Amino acid sequence: MFFPVQKFADFVTYTVFKIPQGSKLASAVNFFIFDTIKIFILLFLIVFVITFIRSFFSPEKTREILSHKKQNIFLAHILAALLGIVTPFCSCSAVPLFIGFVEAGIPLGVTFSYLIAAPMVNEVALGLLYANFGLKIALIYVLSGEIIAIVSGILIGKLNLEKYVEDYVFKIKVGNVQIAEDKKTLNQRLKETLEFTIELIKKVWVFVVVGIGIGAFLHGYIPTGALAKIAGKNNPFAVIFATALGIPLYSNAAGIIPLVSEFRRLGVSMGTSLSFMMSVTALSLPEMILLRRVLKPKLLGIFVAIVGCGIIITGYLFNLILG
Amino acid sequence: MVIKVLGGGCANCKKLMENAKKAAEELGIEAHFEEVKDIEKIMSYGVMRTPALVVDEKLIFSGRVTGVEEIKEILKKEAGK
Repeated sequence: MFFPVQKFADFVTYTVFKIPQGSKLASAVNFFIFDTIKIFILLFLIVFVITFIRSFFSPEKTREILSHKKQNIFLAHILAALLGIVTPFCSCSAVPLFIGFVEAGIPLGVTFSYLIAAPMVNEVALGLLYANFGLKIALIYVLSGEIIAIVSGILIGKLNLEKYVEDYVFKIKVGNVQIAEDKKTLNQRLKETLEFTIELIKKVWVFVVVGIGIGAFLHGYIPTGALAKIAGKNNPFAVIFATALGIPLYSNAAGIIPLVSEFRRLGVSMGTSLSFMMSVTALSLPEMILLRRVLKPKLLGIFVAIVGCGIIITGYLFNLILG
Repeated sequence: MVIKVLGGGCANCKKLMENAKKAAEELGIEAHFEEVKDIEKIMSYGVMRTPALVVDEKLIFSGRVTGVEEIKEILKKEAGK
């Protein structure tokens, strides 16, 4: 599929810029052009498809579905984690979502399964992973994100932590207003999906290009395996370190993932890379500050600890399986 | 006409407010604008995604920012009632 893109990158590098073949600069420039085009094509396609699927789900609907699934709690967790992928979520909405769910009588643990899955399985991250590593790694990312969300939610549910939710949350009455949006035509849906996709790519493209740029530099100038010692399979602390490093980096998630393929080449193992990506998208500082408005510090701490452990365990597991 | 934007005051909410003001201005509609940041009030509309647009106490949509043209269509429809 990307053969013409490679052709184009070769043409620009060797014919337009006249950079001699085989030089470090040529390798970096060629990589940059090829990767930028490839990543944006795949990013566009994947964000478009996910956004389109999402247009059929809303948190309001999710709330409706989950509030009827109280009898079978395990099923509710799985459903919540699955709906977490497909419902649109931006960290600004974390607080109203949380209140809306709790108010509908959805158990705290199930609410958390949803709240964890939503940012953890991030469509931009998924798109970039698929672009860089292929389907298998992208699926592993989704699957491990889902498992962390389900298990964390079940644990939080078992611990009976309702008393650590801020008291005012239970007092709020949620209005029940029907939004006319559900009756959209297919054309409207496609148009809105396209608009949203373009809007999203406009928001992240700078990060992606900077990420690819740094990657291209590393590609041309830093020898393969340079990081193997500090972040390779043999360093038992690499996963923990990578997870901790990811927390404050939220806003640059889109830029970090194109870099990860370079990290891999430099010797960072796959599990460590996965932990890093997940912590970047799921344990973001801004979201925690928002969640503090509804969660008392103790519950917030438990939430971070459980999700953090989940991410670290995933990292080790995949280092064992994939190397 | 009373136009409200519900949301915590993030960049998306500001953008929606801007677009709504522009739409009303271009249509020549007299409107009173209000930013609703209070979470209890936001929840009272049943909204779980911000920003949301409310026209004369009717929730139009939530969870996205729409362009001036689309808001104009909405306002025309609401004003015509």
